[in-house]
Amino acid sequence: MKLQQLSLFLENRPGRLGAPLEAIAAEGINILTLSLADTAQFGILRLIVREWDKAKQVLEDAGWVVNLTEVVAVDLLDRPGGLAEALKILEAANLNIEYMYAFSLRRGDKAILIFRFEDPDRAIQVLLDNGLHVVDGDELMSFVP
Amino acid sequence: MSAFIGNLERPDQYPIWDEPAETLPRAELERLQLERLRDLVVRISRVPFYRDQLNHRDIGPQNIRSLADVRKLPFTTKADMRRQHPLGLLAVPRKSLARIHGSSGTTGKPTFVAYTAKDLETWSTLCARFLVAGGVKPEHTAQVAFGYGLFTGGFGLHYGLERVGTTVIPAAAGNTRRQIEIMRDLAPEVLICTPSYALTIADGARELGIDPRALPIRIGHFGGEPWTEDMRREIEDALDIAAFNNYGLSEVIGPGVSGECPARAGMHIQEDHFLVECLDPESLEPVPEGEPGELVITTLTREAMPMVRYRTRDIARLYREPCACGRTTMRMSRVTGRTDDMLIIRGVNVFPSQIEEALLRVEGTTPHYLIEVSRPATLDEVHVKVEIHPEIFSDRMDRMQTLCERISREIQAVAGIRAHVDLVEPRSIERFVGKAKRVLDKRGVSEQES
Repeated sequence: MKLQQLSLFLENRPGRLGAPLEAIAAEGINILTLSLADTAQFGILRLIVREWDKAKQVLEDAGWVVNLTEVVAVDLLDRPGGLAEALKILEAANLNIEYMYAFSLRRGDKAILIFRFEDPDRAIQVLLDNGLHVVDGDELMSFVP
Repeated sequence: MSAFIGNLERPDQYPIWDEPAETLPRAELERLQLERLRDLVVRISRVPFYRDQLNHRDIGPQNIRSLADVRKLPFTTKADMRRQHPLGLLAVPRKSLARIHGSSGTTGKPTFVAYTAKDLETWSTLCARFLVAGGVKPEHTAQVAFGYGLFTGGFGLHYGLERVGTTVIPAAAGNTRRQIEIMRDLAPEVLICTPSYALTIADGARELGIDPRALPIRIGHFGGEPWTEDMRREIEDALDIAAFNNYGLSEVIGPGVSGECPARAGMHIQEDHFLVECLDPESLEPVPEGEPGELVITTLTREAMPMVRYRTRDIARLYREPCACGRTTMRMSRVTGRTDDMLIIRGVNVFPSQIEEALLRVEGTTPHYLIEVSRPATLDEVHVKVEIHPEIFSDRMDRMQTLCERISREIQAVAGIRAHVDLVEPRSIERFVGKAKRVLDKRGVSEQES
């Protein structure tokens, strides 16, 4: 049910984002989605790719510090209040969201959000119990180009 | 730690090798120092370098009325020694020398240090005193894994051990495998080397499939390079020994200036032979009691090459409180830095070693760091660049910011300055072979001198 997300440390200066992206592109690895958190000094690039183990190896071999995290992809109705409803459920279950970002593709009337939970297993249970659809890796990979 | 060394909680129960000298009442000790200081002023008038300066200042033994009058005497620096190369600072005829050692330092050609037979005698006594203070007994066997040669470490400790009556194995430095074989064959209880070499021996034993704690060594006397309390714990734990620190420098004699007693709360300075000042390296005024400053050493008894107010560039603190061991001598802390590396940031003296200590307190931070000092407007600004590595990297921004804040807090606690912590990519800080460059001072030279 969980997805593997790669995070890497980047200094916040011109050109630093391009280099790792080029390194994985050279291996023919496509980025399904990404998010970037940054401060004035540094940034954390988070990537979801199909061949995460290969991408991790490529990046580490090129000298980046890469971290592997399990995240959860959730299908939400792409209409006003769609996300708010999901958040209400998580809040009621006292689940802490470390951060979240939107997946770059939508599917029909659904949008996919990527959540980083402190406790992903319990989060998945709560989401399923409340009738939400958690998108696993295989399903996600099946509809991306 | 092994019970071999006895109860270190009771420093008063250990023998003192040179009891009358080491426990001399303070007033008597200071009277002796003053007498020897006056005599020194007479003896150095045979050295042109000192004679000219004394004449210029119109100073003679009659001007030395108290120990504080040492401040009327000129300083001696490493540069002075180089200018007097090779033996311009001799105070005795060349033919009365018994030995010449040398110090390579990290820069330039070696500077020579000369000894008369009596100097060698004194040196042996000084080393014997700190060895016995650190648990060495005549019935022990000691392995000396220091270099023998121009370097003073090997010979100084060798003669000190012989003076105690210990069996000496002059294994000399290097060849770790052979060191371990000797230990297993001859079962020495005492190891003499640099603290880092003690850890190398422990690692070497593990590589050979030998438990380093099972080696016969129970006491270590380590010196020749600065080390930390953390390193002491690491060595003691790795080898199951009691580790003692000692201090000295070849310019004034070699090892034997000071060493630890069982209390291990600072190193006892052998004040009957050395007059030690602790000065602010900028103003050259004494620092308040217990504050860190540059050690400035005057040799009171050296015959061949007396040193007057030798600027060691070593930073340490001095303590005058009486010690539980019964010795009456003043103690010094570990050397915590070198004035060569000292930075003055917003008026605060800061040493790269303090930044390193702060980083060590934060688990997982790398030894790769760079201190950048700039003055964007009127105030100094410090950025400490720390390389990121897998153990400290998190995908969570809050964790990363907490890490930066923790490092910053530790720097504040250790060095007393506020520093910006910049995490940088791996291998982005330049690597150096040998002595690492830790500081990039981007302030103008004129500003620095102001």
